[in-house]
Amino acid sequence: MSLLELRGVACIRGGRLLFEALDLALEPGGAALVAGPNGAGKSSLIRIAAGLLAAAAGKVKRASRSALADEGLALDPKLALGRALGFWSRLDGTDPAEAMAAMGLAGLAGVPVRMLSTGQRKRAALARVLASGAPLWLLDEPANGLDGDGQARLEAAMAAHRAGGGAILAASHQPLALPGAALVALG
Amino acid sequence: MSALLLRELRLAATGGSAILPPVFFLLVAALFPFAIGPDSALLARTGGGALWVAALLAALLPVERLVEPDRASGVLDQLAVRGLSEESVALAKLAGHWLSFGPPLMFAAMPAAALLKLPAPMLARLELGLLVGTPGLAALTLVVAALTSGLRSTGALAGLLLLPLAVPILVFGAGLTEASGSAGALKLLAAASLLLVAIAPFAAGAAMRAARD
Repeated sequence: MSLLELRGVACIRGGRLLFEALDLALEPGGAALVAGPNGAGKSSLIRIAAGLLAAAAGKVKRASRSALADEGLALDPKLALGRALGFWSRLDGTDPAEAMAAMGLAGLAGVPVRMLSTGQRKRAALARVLASGAPLWLLDEPANGLDGDGQARLEAAMAAHRAGGGAILAASHQPLALPGAALVALG
Repeated sequence: MSALLLRELRLAATGGSAILPPVFFLLVAALFPFAIGPDSALLARTGGGALWVAALLAALLPVERLVEPDRASGVLDQLAVRGLSEESVALAKLAGHWLSFGPPLMFAAMPAAALLKLPAPMLARLELGLLVGTPGLAALTLVVAALTSGLRSTGALAGLLLLPLAVPILVFGAGLTEASGSAGALKLLAAASLLLVAIAPFAAGAAMRAARD
């Protein structure tokens, strides 16, 4: 049972063909790293996998639940971080405390989201993915803005997720430790 | 759904979209006698219509806060990834928006009616009209907010889209404040409002989906 299966997927954005005939299957424990220059369609591929963008051709099959971390923070800026993440956890039926600790955010639960730095926001978006409990993680540039400690925590979380039978599709132009990941080169 | 509804109510309470429309409504009611003059018979005759125009314009105020912040920050994407349909998101937004728009406006109508020296039976008909008509106005605001999300400087465009569509609400709502023929006006107001409420989740949902591309 694949958690994500793309067959012959093509993507057209703004009248330009970004990629076509793309095949990819992610089994439990599997991972794929999408690489390519700016504008090659890395984010579009992630959005197609998330079902947010329709593929111009091909078939997309996805696990019943997936979690997405992209450039959209999607946390109410006036709320304290703990409550803002709590809103999504309530929808997912989970508890964000463990994920916040895993991303090093435990001490920031009471800080309003608008006061957070770029790296802390990225950690918060990743903590939402960790807390979601979804088997398929879709990460668009997950290491952007993270410091060394943040990247180490991200890589540890990804390894734990795969060890637990999850799968990861990540797009990154930075080096990201995903041992044994399939490489999807675009552009 | 209930978590979404609570979030909408919290955003309306903290973001000002629950406060601004009734304050604007009251301001119009306070300014109207300055323009018309203190003739209480004339004010009582024209006041009901003036308050309906004020309600219509007040409905425009929250249009930029209703959908666009959620689209820009990725909230709509995150909800879609969790498998919530755009229609149910729109329905939660509609319910939350009406709760933070209709009752405050009905409350503000009482001092507004006093400012315009409206007789008590007319105030009763105005309140009844607002109760029936504000869901339709809230539905229109939501659809226009969804249609214009992702565009820049949407205020004027939103007005051009919303105000013509709100004409039936205005005609029958203002007609209801007249003593004669108010039964027919109430039914037509209810029909117009119901139609808008029934269409809104689908129209706004489709607009949110289209805005994602």
